[in-house]
Amino acid sequence: MAQPADLLFSKEHEWVKIDGDVATVGITDYAQNSLGDIVYVELPKVGKKIDQFGNIGVVESVKAVSDLFTPIGGEVIEVNAGLDADPAAVNREPYGAGWLFKVKVADPSQKSNLLSPSDYEAIAVD
Amino acid sequence: MNAESPVKRTALYDEHVRLGARLIPFGGFDMPVQYGGILKEHDAVRHRAGLFDLSHMGQFILEGENVAAWAETLTINAVASMKPLQARYNIFCNPQGGAHDDTIFYRLDGRWLLVVNASNADKMWAHLNANLGDSGVKLTNLHGRNALIAIQGPKAVAMLQRHVDIDLSAVKYYFCAQGNAYGKPAILARTGYTGEDGFELFLEGADAADIWSALLRDHADEGLEACGLGARDVLRLEAGMPLYGHELTEEITPVQAGQTWALKLSKPTFVGKEALAEQLERDDFSRIVGLTMEGRAPAREGYAVFLGDRAVGEVRSGSLAPAVGNKNIATALVAKEAATVGTSLTVEIRGTRHQATVVAMPFYKRPQ
Repeated sequence: MAQPADLLFSKEHEWVKIDGDVATVGITDYAQNSLGDIVYVELPKVGKKIDQFGNIGVVESVKAVSDLFTPIGGEVIEVNAGLDADPAAVNREPYGAGWLFKVKVADPSQKSNLLSPSDYEAIAVD
Repeated sequence: MNAESPVKRTALYDEHVRLGARLIPFGGFDMPVQYGGILKEHDAVRHRAGLFDLSHMGQFILEGENVAAWAETLTINAVASMKPLQARYNIFCNPQGGAHDDTIFYRLDGRWLLVVNASNADKMWAHLNANLGDSGVKLTNLHGRNALIAIQGPKAVAMLQRHVDIDLSAVKYYFCAQGNAYGKPAILARTGYTGEDGFELFLEGADAADIWSALLRDHADEGLEACGLGARDVLRLEAGMPLYGHELTEEITPVQAGQTWALKLSKPTFVGKEALAEQLERDDFSRIVGLTMEGRAPAREGYAVFLGDRAVGEVRSGSLAPAVGNKNIATALVAKEAATVGTSLTVEIRGTRHQATVVAMPFYKRPQ
């Protein structure tokens, strides 16, 4: 799956789509493939203020717990409630129905700390 | 991986690469954790059949007229009463009653085969040799030379039958037979670690890859899949089977692990006998229990377990269990007062306590 062109990426294999001051966050196709079958996602609570690159939850595969980091800082305004019953959506559609949470961006200049699709592609290798 | 002990490869390594396996070092060998995905492989075993490479496990040949009597002094179960071609689960203990390893003995024609966990192959080889005494038993180490393939699942026996020259329906559970698979000599044992019917094939290393790829080729359209160690762990946990290092260790005894069905205290002497008898008598030991979690967060090895406010133990194994209503299941080593089936406990997961219930094992029983 090629990286969607309108996203920015973190070194921890998260993507972020920024629309005005709302950012949608998920994990990349490379990340979901590396993790294998995802069975549980623990997301930050709505209202929580999170810092860019902070450890804010977990994504669990059958065998392992992986820390989840946020590529952007701000206040959590929505989480993907569907993942409770269907965590596999993250595997199936990491850039679509498998989105994780939305953030009201505190500092738009934080975008400059993120990777472009082509820069991310360079690190998304085994 | 250090320069002294490079990771070894089983006879099926090229097959794993061909099939796109994700490989990890395990027990000194590069082994497949998964191919197409753990849940997909688990599904194959529970509904059709799965193929496992177990050639990393230790295989020892024991010869001599005193094998059974000698083995009985080092293990908890009976050996001498095994019938020809019978297989039996057995545990080697240390003097404190803790487990060196859990194993399977096979009584073959004129010799015995002992299969041990891959992670304990070197330890067990040293242990057997150090305790030969004047038994006259001759030991041969086939670790890494002979191959072992398992085919497990409701369709496994029917699939295998088409390629072997003996009647597999005549081989009872926990018995084995000598035969040929695809024309190559094999010991075919009706044993397994999944809770499904199936066979384990002991093969010459040189024959293994051809038989493995032939089985996959001949039964792909019936849904036979290569399965890795990841799926194997979910399957054995659902089936309530202990995994050495988790439910049995040098500290956790067979009594604590619920394996007293394999304990024969009537044997005159064996390593650990006094300790295990005393442990049973005092009956105040912490013990392995099964847990089902109420929520979606999996319990994992090492998580603390509570009865009310009191810490009573820790999780030893845990996983999502697709064959147990897609619940999260676990084993835990807990204090006696927390161990009664039906007891409500909590498991601490990242600082939050999650509801769990003590349940009887196995969690899953195959439809009869």
